[in-house]
Amino acid sequence: MRYGMAIDTRKCVGCADCVVACQTENNIPIGYTRDWIAELNEGTYPNLHLEIRSERCNHCENTPCVRTCPTGASHIILGGIVKVTHEECIGCGACIQSCPYDARYMHPDGYVDKCTFCDHRVANGQEPACVSVCPTHCMYFGDLDDPNSEVSKVVAANKIKTLAPEAGTKPQIFYLV
Amino acid sequence: MREELITSGRMNLNIDPVLHIWHWQIPVYLFLGGLAAGLLFFAAYYTIIGKEKKFTTAVKFAPVLAPVAIILGLIALLLDLKHPAYFWQLYTTVHLESPMSWGAWVLMFIMPISMLWVASYFKEIFPKFDINQNIVGKMLKKVIVKNDNKEGANWDWKFEIIRKFEINFIKNRKPVAWVMLILAVILGVYTGILLSAFNARPLWNSSILGPLFLTSGLSTAAATIMWMSDNHEEKRTFSKIDLMLIVIELFLITHLFMGFLAGSEAKVQAAQYFLGGEFTVTFWINVVIIGLIVPAILETLELLKFKLPVMVPAAMILWGGMIFRFIMVEAGQVTRFLY
Repeated sequence: MRYGMAIDTRKCVGCADCVVACQTENNIPIGYTRDWIAELNEGTYPNLHLEIRSERCNHCENTPCVRTCPTGASHIILGGIVKVTHEECIGCGACIQSCPYDARYMHPDGYVDKCTFCDHRVANGQEPACVSVCPTHCMYFGDLDDPNSEVSKVVAANKIKTLAPEAGTKPQIFYLV
Repeated sequence: MREELITSGRMNLNIDPVLHIWHWQIPVYLFLGGLAAGLLFFAAYYTIIGKEKKFTTAVKFAPVLAPVAIILGLIALLLDLKHPAYFWQLYTTVHLESPMSWGAWVLMFIMPISMLWVASYFKEIFPKFDINQNIVGKMLKKVIVKNDNKEGANWDWKFEIIRKFEINFIKNRKPVAWVMLILAVILGVYTGILLSAFNARPLWNSSILGPLFLTSGLSTAAATIMWMSDNHEEKRTFSKIDLMLIVIELFLITHLFMGFLAGSEAKVQAAQYFLGGEFTVTFWINVVIIGLIVPAILETLELLKFKLPVMVPAAMILWGGMIFRFIMVEAGQVTRFLY
């Protein structure tokens, strides 16, 4: 099993509902966020191109954050979800330095926090909070190892890209472009 | 035009607008760790080649600074942790892929060895000790006793087990020196590898950083020994060693930037911070001119028999080494992958 996500940048309107849903669902401290909206503007008038992406931890296959963690607090659980055990985190910041996506942050309580793909919801057969609230249904979540899952079909049928593939992290979030 | 913005207002503390999760503690630790590694390296080296009588400062006196530097460095590291009470979790696992993990283990071994090394020379450093007069002596009364029969020193350890251990340690100084030499090299390289292991920060992600930090650490240690020594020949030797290390450092810095400029766009941009960007002036003036070139000239003049106070080049080298680490840690966090 390999959990992954596909996000359709052509359907995303950048409403930030996913951001708020995550903050509410995971009780994120005020002023912090695990996911965010990035807007890419390219070209000069009248040949303009706009791409809107909902970004978060890419739950990479090749994880520099898990590698550099000195205590083993950063680890990979079933389905390839990258998680942090709060009780084992000493707050050294090594994983934050090693993430090319700046997807991690230091929780005010002294441990590193990040997107968990809402594993508590996924374990109960639900979708992550961000996916469940998306008003344009531009996000797809599921098992990438299963060729019949919705996310696998979407990834197979569309032109896709990942973020900073040159970092060699093999991200598991695919953007449809 | 190409412009990328985060429109949902991400403002995670120390992550946005630019990554700044490591503050002064890390460069201070890197400096002190490199200095301690260098001091222990020279002490071990001159013991191994059997010249401990000739280079007394390097072998006997300068290593006193090493455990002090390591302890201060560890305090800085502890202050950097956001959950310092959990620091012991570093020692519940060995994670060879994480430089921070094996660095923590190396520190755990080199610290007691450096302390025992210094303690084994106590009788030679303080041969005459009036236990009843001195305040320190009164405090130490619990562990030391008066013993005039002992050759050289007028005191001895109170407990038989410590006395026996000391005799054995002094007898086996050479094998201990070998262990210390290896650990010192690992510690010196580690200060650089710690940074170069982060693929996500293009400025750090260069294998030159390990040898560069080791050389810089050895250079700061040579400068310290040169400054502390009152033996003319020892001073001259360490001036020569330091001059050689400075040349190697300049060579490595050149290669570092050559490597960046021949690399991917992210690396070219990282190098631009030093070649016209915001770190240009601080780096080239403090690190290269004040920290390397001027001391190299002064040391050359000294070797050509000009009379110069040795503390000037020594202090400049230490300053350059410290600023070098500050700039590398600060600038590295600014550099990132472009996407």
